[in-house]
Amino acid sequence: MSDPIRIAGDAALRLVSLSKRFGDVVAVDGIDLTIPAGSFFALLGPSGCGKTTTLRMIAGLEEPTSGQILIGDVDLAGQKPYRRPVNTVFQNYALFPHLDVYQNVAFGLRRRGIRDVAAQVEQMLAMVELTGYGKRRPSQLSGGQQQRVAVARALINQPSVLLLDEPLGALDLKLRRQMQLELKRIQSEVGTTFVHVTHDQEEAMTMADTVAVMNDGRIEQLGSPVELYEHPKTTFAANFLGQSNLIDGAVESTDGDLAIVAVPGGRLAVPLDRMPGTSQVHVGVRPEKLTLTPADQAESIPSHHNRLSAVVVETRFLGVSTEYIVRILSGQRLAIFVQNAGQPDQLAPGADVSVSWDPAHTFALDVRQAADAGLDHAGVPA
Amino acid sequence: MSTLPAEPLGSLVQPGQPDIPPPRARLRSRRLPYLLLLPALAWLAVFFVVPTITLFSTSLQTGSIYEGYTLTFSFSNYLDAWTRFWPQMLRSLLYAGSATLMAVLIAYPLAYSMAFKAGRWRNVLLILVIAPFFTSFLIRTLAWKTILADNSIVVELLNALGITDVLSLVGLTTGDRVLATPLAVITGLTYNHLPFMILPLYAALERLDIRLIEAASDLYASPFAAFRKVTLPLSMPGLVAGTLLTFIPACGDFINAELLGSMPATAMIGNAIDAQFLRVLDYPSAAALSFTLMVGVVTIVSLYVRRAGTERLL
Repeated sequence: MSDPIRIAGDAALRLVSLSKRFGDVVAVDGIDLTIPAGSFFALLGPSGCGKTTTLRMIAGLEEPTSGQILIGDVDLAGQKPYRRPVNTVFQNYALFPHLDVYQNVAFGLRRRGIRDVAAQVEQMLAMVELTGYGKRRPSQLSGGQQQRVAVARALINQPSVLLLDEPLGALDLKLRRQMQLELKRIQSEVGTTFVHVTHDQEEAMTMADTVAVMNDGRIEQLGSPVELYEHPKTTFAANFLGQSNLIDGAVESTDGDLAIVAVPGGRLAVPLDRMPGTSQVHVGVRPEKLTLTPADQAESIPSHHNRLSAVVVETRFLGVSTEYIVRILSGQRLAIFVQNAGQPDQLAPGADVSVSWDPAHTFALDVRQAADAGLDHAGVPA
Repeated sequence: MSTLPAEPLGSLVQPGQPDIPPPRARLRSRRLPYLLLLPALAWLAVFFVVPTITLFSTSLQTGSIYEGYTLTFSFSNYLDAWTRFWPQMLRSLLYAGSATLMAVLIAYPLAYSMAFKAGRWRNVLLILVIAPFFTSFLIRTLAWKTILADNSIVVELLNALGITDVLSLVGLTTGDRVLATPLAVITGLTYNHLPFMILPLYAALERLDIRLIEAASDLYASPFAAFRKVTLPLSMPGLVAGTLLTFIPACGDFINAELLGSMPATAMIGNAIDAQFLRVLDYPSAAALSFTLMVGVVTIVSLYVRRAGTERLL
């Protein structure tokens, strides 16, 4: 039997043109990715986008069709899973039902022939706040506690990379929020590289330093949560992370560092560095960046702001905010979130309004990309 | 429909009635589970408890078939039966134990492949396992007489390979014969009980979550270690059920020894009981042997189940 590979020190995880084909289906289509040591990295995408397959290839549970999986200079592709210096927190945890918590956590150390595991197991249980639970069986634990055992069972092996496959998917909303913070704390405590696969954009944005948005086996965009949210580069990223209003227009001219795009009912300014380089574009803006002004007070809008006239179609009171759906001249509908910060009245459906926003919050995308990419998962106004 | 009880109907139409059933109905619902057990309990009483008591009392009787037997609490019947038939008892345990072991060795790999590797052939294999049941037990056992006959291909192959020489050294066969030897009886017992080993094992393995094996291999377990530490312990309930379903009936079996063995060299306890009850007509001895077999098997089985430690998994 061959010994597990150990990699000393901090080494980045690199995927080099990694592909996986199942018959005719391309699950992962030649992705290149560098995940720096010690980072909390999220692979975000809808189900079937190849994110779990990517994770399973890193773990060794799936054989890549081609490509490399490097930690430091060591290529793990083709190595047996039980030799790789990575550990996985499985979806639904996959705790051993016939072993108690202590034996579950000690499993990895014992398989590597380490006899004296008590101190390490106790330390791990303390870190996941399960001191005193060693004698319990997985079936006697709540979902959140099972999750912690799964994390402890993986982390005790001090892997170079910890893989988390939808680790919070089975928990209810409140517990999920709590575990997000908990995982974040554990990650900063141990400093291990975490690669986290999720379809939940909120989860990815709260926890990860870097998010890779995956779609159709490819990486659509990679960046910090703020960068991805503020400057989406594709319609898929714009729609999958949060909500976006996309308005079709034609590039007309430039004005300093702004591009001027003609849309039905007006002209919109977009920072030049956010232009895709095509003459036809989707002009995009996030719903919370928009300001709604009654049409008779339109003179109060700062002159450099983008503005469009519209009619209120629908309002939904959401508690912290109110969502307005308005119709602009082209007939297209825009969503607007207005903070409930004590404005006097809600605008009623049918009211004439001006929608305005700062050009700095505007982005533009290649019009050849479908405006509704990444939308089928969320109820966004059509 | 005029005999409908008035009370529940009245409570239905009364407004504002709290939503609890009237006391009598509640009482009835608490008794209901016991009422449902009644048929099974009656069956057990008539066909298990009463015969067991009758058997035990018969085992303590003295007399002869001509004068009739009377209950004299003659516990010496047991000592007498044990002294006369201990070789048959020992043989029963040995043959049944060997057959169980053989059945495990054949059934585990088969059930494992059916559960994990067979893919779309899974149902075909399952049907093949059950198919022999469509033929009579007697025919199937008699067929082995042909398979193990002196000039059969199997036996000639075993002879050519020198395997019978080795087997006869340990007393499993005699010379170059297989039929009418202990090996033939054990083979018959194994064959006839194999489905009862395969099916529970398959059921246990089939519901094993494949992700647990992935988790084991993620945690540095080689395929062999993953089998030993995860697959095997989780299939223990099936293994225990299979060994019980094989060992218990094999212990009391007499057909295989009768048809494939040679009397009295391969006689098992079942053959002794058969002879005492039906030919010698010595009912007390036969009853004492039967009762001994029953208590012995229950003791062995409970020790085994406790040792296997599967209560937590069942």
